[in-house]
Amino acid sequence: MDDRSALVGRLMMHTILHNTVHVLVALMMPPLLLGVIAKTKAVFAGRVGPPVLQPYYDLIKLMQKGSVFSTTTTWVFRAGPVVTLVTTALVVLLIPLVDATAPISFTGDLILLAYLLGLGRFFTAAAALDTGSAFEGMGAAREVTFACLAEPALFLGLLVLAKLSGSLMLAEMLGDGMGDHWKAYSASVALVLLSWFIVLLVENSRIPFDDPNTHLELTMIHEVMVLDHGGPAFGIILYGAALKLFIFSAMIVRLAFPFTTGSAWGDWPLFALALLAVAVAIGVVESTMARLRLTHIPILLVAACLLSAFGIILLLR
Amino acid sequence: MDVLLIAVFMQVLAGLGALAWSKSPRLATLVGAGGAIAASLLGLVPTLRVLCGGAVAPWQMGWDASHGAFRVEVDALSAFFLVPVLALSGLAALYGGPYLFAYRHEKSLGGPWFFFNLFVAGMVMVLVARTALLFLMAWEVMSLAAYFLVTLEHEKAEARYAGWVYLIATHLGAACLFLTFLLLANPVANAANASGSSHDAGLQFDAFRGNHLDPMWAGILFVLALVGFGAKAGFVPFHVWLPEAHAAAPSHVSALMSGVMIKMGLYGLLRVLTFLGPPQAWWGPTLAVLGLLTALIGICLALQQRDIKRVLAYSSIENMGLIGLALGVGLTGLARNELGVAVLGITAALLHVWNHALMKGLMFFCAGSVVHAAGTRDMERLGGLLKRMPWTGGVMLLGAVALAALPPLNGFAGKWLMYLSLMRTGVASADVHGLTALLAVGLLALIGGLAALTFLRLIGIVLLGTPRSDAAGQAHEASPGMIGPMLVLAALCVGVAVAPVLIADLFLGVADQIYGWEPGRALRELDDADTPLEIVGNVNGWLLFVLGASALAVMAWLRKSVPATGPTWGCGYARPTARMQYTGRSFAHIIAESLLPRFLRPRTSRQPPQGLFPARSGFAAENPDPASERVYVPLFRRLADSLTRLRVLQQGKVNVYLIYVFLTVVLALAWMTVRRWWAVS
Repeated sequence: MDDRSALVGRLMMHTILHNTVHVLVALMMPPLLLGVIAKTKAVFAGRVGPPVLQPYYDLIKLMQKGSVFSTTTTWVFRAGPVVTLVTTALVVLLIPLVDATAPISFTGDLILLAYLLGLGRFFTAAAALDTGSAFEGMGAAREVTFACLAEPALFLGLLVLAKLSGSLMLAEMLGDGMGDHWKAYSASVALVLLSWFIVLLVENSRIPFDDPNTHLELTMIHEVMVLDHGGPAFGIILYGAALKLFIFSAMIVRLAFPFTTGSAWGDWPLFALALLAVAVAIGVVESTMARLRLTHIPILLVAACLLSAFGIILLLR
Repeated sequence: MDVLLIAVFMQVLAGLGALAWSKSPRLATLVGAGGAIAASLLGLVPTLRVLCGGAVAPWQMGWDASHGAFRVEVDALSAFFLVPVLALSGLAALYGGPYLFAYRHEKSLGGPWFFFNLFVAGMVMVLVARTALLFLMAWEVMSLAAYFLVTLEHEKAEARYAGWVYLIATHLGAACLFLTFLLLANPVANAANASGSSHDAGLQFDAFRGNHLDPMWAGILFVLALVGFGAKAGFVPFHVWLPEAHAAAPSHVSALMSGVMIKMGLYGLLRVLTFLGPPQAWWGPTLAVLGLLTALIGICLALQQRDIKRVLAYSSIENMGLIGLALGVGLTGLARNELGVAVLGITAALLHVWNHALMKGLMFFCAGSVVHAAGTRDMERLGGLLKRMPWTGGVMLLGAVALAALPPLNGFAGKWLMYLSLMRTGVASADVHGLTALLAVGLLALIGGLAALTFLRLIGIVLLGTPRSDAAGQAHEASPGMIGPMLVLAALCVGVAVAPVLIADLFLGVADQIYGWEPGRALRELDDADTPLEIVGNVNGWLLFVLGASALAVMAWLRKSVPATGPTWGCGYARPTARMQYTGRSFAHIIAESLLPRFLRPRTSRQPPQGLFPARSGFAAENPDPASERVYVPLFRRLADSLTRLRVLQQGKVNVYLIYVFLTVVLALAWMTVRRWWAVS
């Protein structure tokens, strides 16, 4: 009896520790990804570039500033960044990072993943429309339009994994069986990987879809939506965006790096390294590609949907 | 049962009273609306008792009409649809009181309240009727009363056109229903009736239920019911009347039409399904594909409309499509003996019926308040209303989030079950059937994204930003009598979102009845399916809690540090005007004009500025319904052309008509003689 309660105690301890590390990594690491992307781009351009930790400094500075709210705005404008941050932070709790567990996990959580991100987007865009600015309306329209096409691609990719793992739980779908899936159904998984990388780029407004560093508002998508936010509100938005990048990168990592060292001490650093590798890959894509014309973005997104759909079709054999 | 009939009687009486006192607007409103509210409260008592598992004795009366007695009954299926009819009609009457009162100088209020009460009474009778004759009569009362409500503002050509289209559509649908019921009672289709059951019982619903239909005839009946009831439910391509009628009717009637009247089509379909025996393999997929198509086309058209009530009407088409999809998935699961999927599908469909009644009722009330305050339904003339109408704006925002099926509201709960039913089908079966289900999930995700865009556009253009016209700038908050019903519906939306389990327990008996299972089986099957309703309820609850807590934190922080205010940053431009804002059209521009298939795009005409000193330039866009423009208008025009030849018969002389009557009688007598002679020999 004592043995058993001790075992249960150790298991609980392990779960608590695991979840704590999960939350800590997920909350602390996102800005680092932005820093690594910027550094990669700087190296490609032959510059020294800002320090890797620059996004953290930016966030700290923004949080200390005061805020200015437009007189046109209502509570929707103030709620926008907060809702986005909360929903994104909740999504972090749904995805597995190093093994087949996530702090919150239940049948159908993949639906919640997509719809929480949708709620965040709804409020970011509503906040943009609240300012009554032509530019922000434009950004909001573009963001939700492209999201309409990115969402099916994400869903269809998830369904490939659901079909492979026979489960509707993210932790199991992105869990330990990935190595076997690669061996048995490499074509399908590879297609999903490609599709999701496109979704990652568009959902996080990276080149070739959107340029976070551009200076012409007319060409922006995400950045132009948050023109009027300043100070802490803008800090929250930046951090939320980094968190979203972390989520999609982590899903790519779970998909593409099905390796484990067998112990938590090795797994977490391995995961962190893999995540940074994804950031470098994004940096490389951004450095070597030009921006697409706005009218060509939907074509690529439809292609992403079709890639995932082919992934599903290839499972039938 | 007596209580419910008394309620119907009260409703009719109140309608007549309103008509009698139509001289005094105050008295007509008091009698008409008050009677409707009292009747709905009274009617809810027996209805809820049935839904909670109790029974109410059926009520029968000899009736001097051929084919059957006057028989009414409330079972679980009736009660399930009666609850939204009664609850929403009560709220609509409460809302309609102050809403219609504003028209007292232009219109007599007796007529509208008479038809309103008749409309509700008709719907109640449709739901409780147990003979085909009574059902069809109630159906006609409901349809015709709605016609008079749609054409309330008959001085406008638009309203007359809407009424005309509605009248044609509803009667073409009713023609299919006559055929359906005649076939159900016909010995040819029906082995049980052939063996000498009394002719009088022939049109009783109880007699239909004992049928053993030939599979071919069951199939034909299914298609007929799908067309006849689908016309009422707004399934594509029978949806053309819906946006016209919903936009033209006064808002509290639009809420009732969209919230419950189109659900009568669904009720009829479900009722007929209980007569047809176990579903055949192709019924479910047919319904699911039709539903998916309806949802896709509905939402693609919703996102382009500039009339706010038309946006909501097309979104109703989308939601009816989603309900059809869920029902189709459920029937497919039943036919393939995947009981988990079967019960998930039907639960999703039923939950969404109630949800949609709540959400759409709420949104049409909000739209009514906006129209009231700003005097227009054109969203390009609105804007900035959240500041001027904080209550209406707040609940409208909530309704938009719910209709976009986003968490933490009730729309998400229904969508959740739809996704789960499709995903479980897809994961469980490895054949083409499973593949189709998985690809349908992709389309469902697309519909979800488009719905989010549609409702973001609606609230973004109407509620946020700066007013686009003087009328919108001077808008005022609606009266408390109008805000009250909206708040009730908003609270119910949140309640259903947090505790869908409580409601599902009420209506799983309905699922048993539709599937022909013993009572309690659906509940067991649903519990086997990983208790999805509890999960989604918890998700919604926790999300509401977290969002509420962070909202409080932000409010506390904002109170502590007073932020500076200034004008919106115009990227260096110092004099922004309201006309520079993104409009509803430009918001949907990318989708509507380059991504949609050509037949769904708006019709635009441009006159771009030309030369060094451009003089005139212009742009216009129209959104005619593609089905009505490309199919029905040419079809009916051609029909009218070819039918002109029949005008020869219509001479306008009484003696000619008397000859027609005489000939008809002779023919009928001859036919009867021949038949008798046939039977003897």
